[in-house]
Amino acid sequence: MTANAASPNHLQLTRDGQLRHFLTLDGLNRELLTDILDTADSFIEVGERSIKKVPLLRGRTVVNLFFEASTRTRSTFELAAKRLSADVLNLDINTSATSKGESLSDTLLNLEAMASDMFVVRHAQSGAPHFIAQSVTPGVAIINAGDGRHAHPTQAMLDMLTIRQHKGGFEGLKVAIVGDILHSRVARSQIRALNELGAEQIRVIAPGTLLPRDVESLGCTVEYDMAKGMKDLDVVIMLRLQKERMEGALLPSEREFYRLYGLSQDKLALAHPECIVMHPGPINRGVEIESAVADGPQSVILNQVTNGIAIRMAVMSMAMGGQVAERQQKLNELNELNERGLA
Amino acid sequence: MSALLDVDQLMDKLEAGLRGLLNERGIESPVLIGIRTGGVWVADIIGKRLGIEEPFGELDISFYRDDFSRIGLNPKVTPSSLPFDTEGRDIILVDDVIMSGRTIRAAMNELFDYGRPASIILATLIDLGARELPIQPDVAGQSLTLGMQQRVKLRGPDPLRIELQETEQ
Repeated sequence: MTANAASPNHLQLTRDGQLRHFLTLDGLNRELLTDILDTADSFIEVGERSIKKVPLLRGRTVVNLFFEASTRTRSTFELAAKRLSADVLNLDINTSATSKGESLSDTLLNLEAMASDMFVVRHAQSGAPHFIAQSVTPGVAIINAGDGRHAHPTQAMLDMLTIRQHKGGFEGLKVAIVGDILHSRVARSQIRALNELGAEQIRVIAPGTLLPRDVESLGCTVEYDMAKGMKDLDVVIMLRLQKERMEGALLPSEREFYRLYGLSQDKLALAHPECIVMHPGPINRGVEIESAVADGPQSVILNQVTNGIAIRMAVMSMAMGGQVAERQQKLNELNELNERGLA
Repeated sequence: MSALLDVDQLMDKLEAGLRGLLNERGIESPVLIGIRTGGVWVADIIGKRLGIEEPFGELDISFYRDDFSRIGLNPKVTPSSLPFDTEGRDIILVDDVIMSGRTIRAAMNELFDYGRPASIILATLIDLGARELPIQPDVAGQSLTLGMQQRVKLRGPDPLRIELQETEQ
């Protein structure tokens, strides 16, 4: 890999700095992240109309390429694409050709032959969407819908949209992310976004066994004692305990985990009285969060789902827009060369 | 660069034209919708002149433009805001300048996603001709033919003024 290919921005952005793929938040500056949030605000308004559809991706084909199970993410991507007037193809790869031995590259070549314009990719392997973005035909946009432990950038951005809606901005905010940080691609993307958007404090609260090595280098502080960590919080983000990714004995027991790190009403009372409670879902009631908190007045968990549609509409239309603008620019340059008799 | 047209005079003509048309059609309670950005400024002023108390709507047509496949998405889109139900209403759609007619096509496509209005009247401050679609304003403050290198731009909102710019080719 050359240095350029390794840089996410070389892949993600056009020469003019427009989005053309959406793979990771790494390297995206505050201005671009804010543009994504602002565009999503406009799509929220579209979602409130009697006809919740705009013609931006009319006639284009979006393929949801899910190599890993998902309900919320896949269905909100599907709805987002449909509200942009795209045609949508949902492929659950676990049950299709790859189980018959077809390689990822061959699957992609076949899908490209169907004149697809965008792939929304979820994969258990970190970096799979990058790999696809590097090899895909020019003009096709790749959106990362979660890759391994690496990133889940649309989830992080819908969380940022939810925080901005409820808190007005990021300045001075104290935010904690609680639970299974080790297995969480969401946490990584959230920490990156919160830092770029200017949150004052980002704490991760977890037992040592569920923290990645050098977690502080992501730009956060570590707190093992939840009672201390909850103090003065404006936003608390609970993560799901990813039992399916646990190998070996990282936890004494679920009950013990809940006692120490579960969000109960008592623990929530230690935060700022207007602290909002977030969770990317699916929630394990009684494992990381008490039902009364999940359904309580401070919970914005269902707002997150609604915002997920708007953020995905924003990212999809911006990336497709970057691709078409880039293609047009190249055509114009070619025409110019032709006119000057140089091509 | 010079301000060649008097905004107040154009507003007078627009107001008179609209009063006549509303009267002729027997429309008693129209609502105003301005197209961002210039059309919103004009809608604000015309609404006060016509004594329309209902707040006017604002339309951002970025999601409906027909040049998405050439230039991509406008990076500075803001939410449209229609503080009333358009179903069955008589709408005055306002823009500062009409030229190709593509903006108005996009605006009408967007409007119909909110409901089925009873009627739409199109009012523009300046009509530059050079139409590319069969869309005409019902009322215009002034018709103008520009030279190849001339552009016209409404600046505002306070004060509102019209600038004629000479561009270099």
